[in-house]
Amino acid sequence: MLSLNYRDSQPIYGQIKDGLRRLIVTGALEPDEKLPSVRALAIDLAINPNTIQRAYAELEREGFIYSVAGKGSFAAAPDRADTLERKSLLIDRLREIIAELRFLQVTDAELTALMGEGGGQ
Amino acid sequence: MIEVKDLTKTFDGFTALDKTCVTVPDGGVYGLVGPNGAGKSTLIRHLTGIYRPDSGQVLVDGEPVYENPEKKALIAAIPDDWYYFQSATIQDMMKFYRGFYPAFDMARYEKFREVFALPEKSPIRRMSKGMQKQAAFWLTMCCRPRYLILDEPVDGLDPVMRRQVWSIMMSDVSEHGTTVLVSSHNLRELEDVCDHVGIMNKGRVLIERSLADLQENIVKLQAVWRPGEVPVLSAPLEVLHTSHVGRVYTYIVRGSTRTITGRLEQYQPLMLEALPLSLEEIFIYELGGEQYAVKEIIL
Repeated sequence: MLSLNYRDSQPIYGQIKDGLRRLIVTGALEPDEKLPSVRALAIDLAINPNTIQRAYAELEREGFIYSVAGKGSFAAAPDRADTLERKSLLIDRLREIIAELRFLQVTDAELTALMGEGGGQ
Repeated sequence: MIEVKDLTKTFDGFTALDKTCVTVPDGGVYGLVGPNGAGKSTLIRHLTGIYRPDSGQVLVDGEPVYENPEKKALIAAIPDDWYYFQSATIQDMMKFYRGFYPAFDMARYEKFREVFALPEKSPIRRMSKGMQKQAAFWLTMCCRPRYLILDEPVDGLDPVMRRQVWSIMMSDVSEHGTTVLVSSHNLRELEDVCDHVGIMNKGRVLIERSLADLQENIVKLQAVWRPGEVPVLSAPLEVLHTSHVGRVYTYIVRGSTRTITGRLEQYQPLMLEALPLSLEEIFIYELGGEQYAVKEIIL
């Protein structure tokens, strides 16, 4: 369910974090669905379990997942996530994309139309 | 916990280990790297109780390991130059190991028969190098070691088998808290499996840190400045390396991404991007900063 890109210079724990977050925000992992255990992921990916634990701890701190003692980690509902940091990161990225689209002569009207599309989904 | 304190060893006047200090925390995977002749294998032979220290200490759970059968029963190792008796089969070696390791796990031995498709009743010495290494893993992992010490462990194994043995080891680490010390030249692979890294050169450990610590305290930044407004970056910024191609400046700076980005933004760059560094890059710049020859370290 997760795949690692060995040519990516992003640290492994970051890749695991991003991969799991993507599964959660796209709904591939539904709220309250159980995540694979640290051990299962360590064996599956042949990755240090402490590295995976670190990714899980950070996701929990950011509110994307929550853990129940003795049961494991679960995907959190969107409203429980403390998403401020992530939001500002994505807005920065969007600004860059908008700047590039404007450079490519995409009009503001077209951009607004695109925004509308996203909202309709 | 494995602790090596001020370990010195000389062979005929050649100092192989020079006041080496190493700390391997329990339940961790410690990657030992360094150029050929740095002293990695010599250090490993001390950890397994083969060499007697000239001076200094090699402690396992706080006790010296040399001539200490109780502690040695907890340690299993795969050396770089393993030895099998003349015409010994995997079955023969299993019986031999079983006699030494009280925790030898026969159920596991049976299970691994499916993992390693090796002829159990033919002489190990007649097998290929890769197959001999697989046999070493089969036997060693059945000893259920608390401390697993590996010298270039996956050398000679095919990609599927590499992943297979790492997967088995990671399972032991997460389930039984096995402590692993592994020497390797493959930094890409170490990045996946290690949580601590020690780098040796000329009989000394130069850097010993957690992987997280290494990754969080060095950052690569690419910046574009307004023409004629290229700032001179000085203290408190610790810049390890600067280069530029056209108007794009690349900096390697010590510190966390957030702090460093914040500092550089004060100079109002046209563009500023922080990029993560691979373990290999970290070593190049960390050691470059300490005036060690890069080529000697990276191999």
